[in-house]
Amino acid sequence: MSNFYRDNSDIEKTIDALDLSEVAELCEEGFRFAKEYDFAPADAADAIDNYKRALDVCGDISGNRIAPTAEETDKVGNILNEDGTVTYAPGIALAIKLFGKSGLSGATIPYYLGGLNMPCVVLTACNDIVSRADASLMNIFGLQGIAETINQFASEEIKKEYVPKLCNGTYTGAMVLTEPDAGSDLQSVKTSAYQDENGNWFVNGVKRFITNGCGDVLLVLARTEPEFSDGRGLSCLLVEKCPQVKVRRLEHKLGINGSPTCELVFNNAPAKLIGQRKRGLITYVMSLMNGARVGISAQGTGIAEAAYRAARDYAASRKQFGVTIDSFPALRELLSEMSVELQASRLLAYYSSKCVDLEMGLTKKFDSLKGSPEAQNVRKRMKTYAAFNKMLTPMAKYYASELSMRASNGAVAVLGGSGYMKDYPVERYLRDARITTIYEGTSQLQVVAAIAGVMAGLYRDVVADVLEGVTLDANLASAKAEIDALLDDVDSAVAYVKDHPEGKLYHDLHARQLVDGAITAIMAALLVRFAAKYAEKAPALDYWLKTKFTTVRAELQKAKSGFIASVTDFEKLAPAVPAAD
Amino acid sequence: MNTKAKGREGGYNCVVCIKQVPDTKKVTGEAMKADGTINRAALPAIFNPEDRNALEAALRVKEMYGGTVTAIAMGLPAACAILREALMCGADKAYLVTDRKAAGSDTLATSYILSCAVRKFNPDLVFCGRQAIDGDTAQTGPQIAEKLDFAAITYLEDIEMDGDFAIATRDIGTGVEKDRVKLPALFTVTEKFGELRPYEVRRVMKYKKAKAPVENGGVALEGDFAIGQLSCDDIGAEADRCGFAGSPTNVNKIVSVVLAGGDYKEVAATDEGVKALVDELVADHTIG
Repeated sequence: MSNFYRDNSDIEKTIDALDLSEVAELCEEGFRFAKEYDFAPADAADAIDNYKRALDVCGDISGNRIAPTAEETDKVGNILNEDGTVTYAPGIALAIKLFGKSGLSGATIPYYLGGLNMPCVVLTACNDIVSRADASLMNIFGLQGIAETINQFASEEIKKEYVPKLCNGTYTGAMVLTEPDAGSDLQSVKTSAYQDENGNWFVNGVKRFITNGCGDVLLVLARTEPEFSDGRGLSCLLVEKCPQVKVRRLEHKLGINGSPTCELVFNNAPAKLIGQRKRGLITYVMSLMNGARVGISAQGTGIAEAAYRAARDYAASRKQFGVTIDSFPALRELLSEMSVELQASRLLAYYSSKCVDLEMGLTKKFDSLKGSPEAQNVRKRMKTYAAFNKMLTPMAKYYASELSMRASNGAVAVLGGSGYMKDYPVERYLRDARITTIYEGTSQLQVVAAIAGVMAGLYRDVVADVLEGVTLDANLASAKAEIDALLDDVDSAVAYVKDHPEGKLYHDLHARQLVDGAITAIMAALLVRFAAKYAEKAPALDYWLKTKFTTVRAELQKAKSGFIASVTDFEKLAPAVPAAD
Repeated sequence: MNTKAKGREGGYNCVVCIKQVPDTKKVTGEAMKADGTINRAALPAIFNPEDRNALEAALRVKEMYGGTVTAIAMGLPAACAILREALMCGADKAYLVTDRKAAGSDTLATSYILSCAVRKFNPDLVFCGRQAIDGDTAQTGPQIAEKLDFAAITYLEDIEMDGDFAIATRDIGTGVEKDRVKLPALFTVTEKFGELRPYEVRRVMKYKKAKAPVENGGVALEGDFAIGQLSCDDIGAEADRCGFAGSPTNVNKIVSVVLAGGDYKEVAATDEGVKALVDELVADHTIG
């Protein structure tokens, strides 16, 4: 047992390298809360110290209390009782209690609603730590977006009724979006809501694949405007657990067994409207979804961390041919790759969270400054980060989730036959990792979300933002020159795709290579920033430049090849499966 | 655990004695000094694990039945670290008993000094960890009870209150024993006591700023942020019963004992054979 924050200095180093002083100042609104609450920080250093202490508590609970329950949780899962209630696995029930009691379940919620008023980047770090202990728990712990959505968009009355209880663990929540015929395509949601003559709302319909659908507070996407058959007809409603909502089924999944995935039936369930009608999908769910994607970037990173540690430890002790297997070059290569990608993934996940914090903080600041001369500058920066986030959040989710699969797959490989057995946790990591590239938008959808920013060349602005204020010595300056060269290559591939006569077809086919190119450059900039602060990170940067740049250039070449056979010759390349006899 | 109805008006005044100890799990070659005492500089200092359980017991009593929880640590100013942790966990007040005169105290002197400090707070219940991981004597708690003339209940696993009585569940090795004990009473608590609560982050944010005067140029902080500080004089402890002067224990030498299997003997699986074995074990005092 150990504290998963204290035994992983990269978390603190990543936070320090990103410098959260401005985030802290924005979050604390100029540290005005210190007058009202004796626990609120007085300055940026105080706030950042609090962030680290919160992570220390998270690391204690995760490492010492939850990690030892993960195996059992995976084995026993959750139980659907005859009366339609769900009993959590013991480790999950314990975690809900401990995280509620610690206050971490309301990490980003304002003080007055019972939260810790911390930035998104702290929640990301918590999710990273929690996911290393038990990836499935993150699906419940990380559902803080429910409270955030209520806090951002609901009436004061609804906020005060639900948010404090979500913060202290009395309640858990669920985002209730997916339906049998509305997965990636949420515009076609059929679940409906109507108002009676007294103005009370009621929800009817069936929802599927609902994470923690057995929770107490359900944010339901439902059609309130039958005259619109698309996203404009959808609103967001809060349904409290009640007899008119039944969990009809718990899914049997490949992984994340601690997370109850429910099929829900709403039968005239009383509901409360959140915010305004018609903005359910367009505004609220998009906001919720972005938060959830940031969460998955942390979950993927945490799973990769767990996988890397298991693999690295095993390789150092397992002897074959008279030596430990970590002395074989092929394994050294595999483990080095895992470690460097893990560090890069954490940097991107935390950095993209920081950008979310800056956008939100600057928005709040702009609202309070309206009309003053400073306001225009604040607004400009706010817009910059808003544009960054549209690209960076899907990038971070895409990268970390894909990494979690590579890393856990690599860990199984390192453990060999043992890794395939249930006696070691790595097969669980592999099963848990698999969902991360699927939910909250598949990897393909993340690419679709990120590509607009890439086509607009936004990666250059991001690289500049990452490197702002970083002092470059000779080595780092040469790394910077290499990044600039890669950026030129990405530019050239983007231009090629833009001008290709096949237009949208070509663009869709090669979007992934362009996004990969941009991510590789942004990661390199983050690693430069990391190495500028911590000399021991220089080899990771060097590894990145020497290996990742080579492979991504080959990908960019593919984007510039003009080759479209997979689309045009589809029937020949992927023949249809003959009908069964 | 029982309902609040079985408590009493005003709840209970609980005092918890906690100790900062070297983390003996991290023992290395330099852990012992030549004179047989512990080299504290070589090991990280932590909250003695079973004292966390003792604190948990007190916080549970407060949570269920109302009252207050006061944490007391005797030691060097560095021990304020665990007093802050106690406050972060939920203790209402924290006091450091620190005095040069207390240096070198064995369990007799320590229990004397702590009993003087505890008496000042006039508690209903006193909780101590069963034992500290540095000395492992398990004597301090019961000795404090003796000096205060409180009932001593060791190996506490669970507790409920019933008016002026506590109903204590004790671990007796082969099972549990339930004792009904009149207050005031002292309990030594084992690691089996319940599920430790996590640190509350809001309290962590607040009480990281708590300090004793000795950490703050002799000046006491205001309000909640003050860790109280008591000297031997403050608690009326007589100098000749404190520190080296009050400590009859001398560590003669420390031996590293390695237990290993030696000879074995076959015993006939008959009543006579077993009887002969038992007689032999009784005779050499292995059992009985």
